[in-house]
Amino acid sequence: MTDKTYLFQYLLRLADDHLILSQRLGEWCGEAPTLEEDLALANIALDLIGQSRSIYSYAADVENKGRDEDHLAFVRVERDYRNALIAEQPNGDFAHTIARQFFVSAFMVPFWREMESSNDLMLAAIAAKASKEVAYHLRHASEWVIRLGDGTEESRERMIEALDDLFIFTGEMFEVDETVEAMIRSGVCTDPSSLMGEWLQTVQSVIAQATLEMPDTGFMQTGGRMGRHTEHLGHILSELQYMQRTYPGQVW
Amino acid sequence: MYSQGLIGADGKTHEDEAFLNAFQARIDAEQKIEPNDPMPQGYRKTLIRQISQHAHSEIIGMQPEGNWISRAPTLRRKAALLAKVQDEGGHGLYLYSAAETLGVSREEVTDQLLSGAAKYSSIFNYPALTWADIGAIGWLVDGAAIMNQIVLCRCSYGPYARAMIRICKEESFHQRQGYEIMIALCNGSDEQKELAQDALNRFWWPSLMMFGPPEGDSVHSSQSMIWKIKRFSNDDLRDKFINATVPQAEHLGLTIPDPDLKWNEQKQGYDHGDIDWNEFWRVVKGDGICNRDRLKKRRKVHRNGAWVREAALAFASKHAAQQTADAQIAAE
Ligand SMILES: [Fe+2]
Ligand SMILES: [Fe+2]
Ligand SMILES: [Fe+2]
Repeated sequence: MTDKTYLFQYLLRLADDHLILSQRLGEWCGEAPTLEEDLALANIALDLIGQSRSIYSYAADVENKGRDEDHLAFVRVERDYRNALIAEQPNGDFAHTIARQFFVSAFMVPFWREMESSNDLMLAAIAAKASKEVAYHLRHASEWVIRLGDGTEESRERMIEALDDLFIFTGEMFEVDETVEAMIRSGVCTDPSSLMGEWLQTVQSVIAQATLEMPDTGFMQTGGRMGRHTEHLGHILSELQYMQRTYPGQVW
Repeated sequence: MYSQGLIGADGKTHEDEAFLNAFQARIDAEQKIEPNDPMPQGYRKTLIRQISQHAHSEIIGMQPEGNWISRAPTLRRKAALLAKVQDEGGHGLYLYSAAETLGVSREEVTDQLLSGAAKYSSIFNYPALTWADIGAIGWLVDGAAIMNQIVLCRCSYGPYARAMIRICKEESFHQRQGYEIMIALCNGSDEQKELAQDALNRFWWPSLMMFGPPEGDSVHSSQSMIWKIKRFSNDDLRDKFINATVPQAEHLGLTIPDPDLKWNEQKQGYDHGDIDWNEFWRVVKGDGICNRDRLKKRRKVHRNGAWVREAALAFASKHAAQQTADAQIAAE
């Protein structure tokens, strides 16, 4: 594979992470536990859609085959989506949504910070904006992990269950395969496995403040980067792609 | 006439003639009434009802459009729609706060919504069936809301008027965004134009009903007009809306679904066909196609979020207690 194909592949993964997670967060709109939280979840979803748009547009430029952000976002088959599995996990109860956001944001904070010094200038520019946004996402999710963990007996149990359910999907964020290796080599990204220490520290400290214990670390699920997803993705796509599939090739 | 009214935290005030006259003099002088000012109980009650109904409409109004967030056709449209629905939630929040300045809590008025005692705008009991409905709702429903609300920016009650100024800016952005969706559809394929026409057909009459039934001539002597909460009759506002909207439909190349719609040279405005007020009252009374779903969903959301709100309260009180204890130790 050429450097360009690797870069395209890498960008697609990153954009898919953001799109699929924002699609999930958008499902909360009008359904959050408070009005304030409705606005907060929509804020996070909007940041993620914005980030995905910048990355897809850049990916389309890199690919240079006449596709645009919407072609990439909407008109691919299921196995061609490359998001990490954690992004597609169902919203579940509010604790699950918070746990998912917390694990992801705790990774995105150091990830975008490092990306600010990428020698890919486009990604560095996207990172400068994203860094500020994800700092808020992490703060917001962490506050809820703490409140729910140290709230009532019920919220505590729900928070414990959510952290346990989602922890198994966190390993994928740190994976290094041939594509990531190529990106590290050319200075596009830092080795994600080197962010593990900081991620763990964030996660441990918030979970401790929530008066909870770390979930058991064991086997980590994988597959999203190769297009091997959970059964949830297909249903996300059937809504996401509905208009583009029903009315192909039209301008909206 | 002699009656007593509660005024904020100040306790009771005698609503004698002198009091009522002094209040009316302030209204007539276009002075804004502020939360701590003395006001007749009827004025307070009217505003509480109107503001909380308005807030509920914003909240219930999130449902028909929220229904399309996951299916929006492009990323740009998805982001714009999500931001719009988020704005409506924000409007609900400002309005609940404005109602709170009159002495009702958000919980109280929310309970009235959930029990079905309080009303919300009946337009939101119509379903958003296709993507074109998202365009039509922005164009017509936000458009009609602006006609109503632009006048409310001059409402005599300060907090409501100020909330309206902020909200109106966003509503007119929504209206333009909705119209822009319609333009895209009308510049598109035959299929897209059909979607646009169908959405207009379904939303036109319910949008006209948003202004409420004709009030007759009595309206100008009504209490809301005298108190300058309301400044135009329902029919006046409806006519303004029609006059503004018909040329927009023409520009789109769409047909307004009213065979009796005609320009009236003499009044320099449109005459329109009869509005089906039976349908209006049926929907207001609860038998629109979505009424039950809208309330059920709101109740479900409220129920599902209860444990989260309880947890947040428990956490806050635990930590407030902790802080007090820490402060005592530090003081000793
Ligand atoms: Fe609104
Ligand atoms: Fe409104
Ligand atoms: Fe609006």
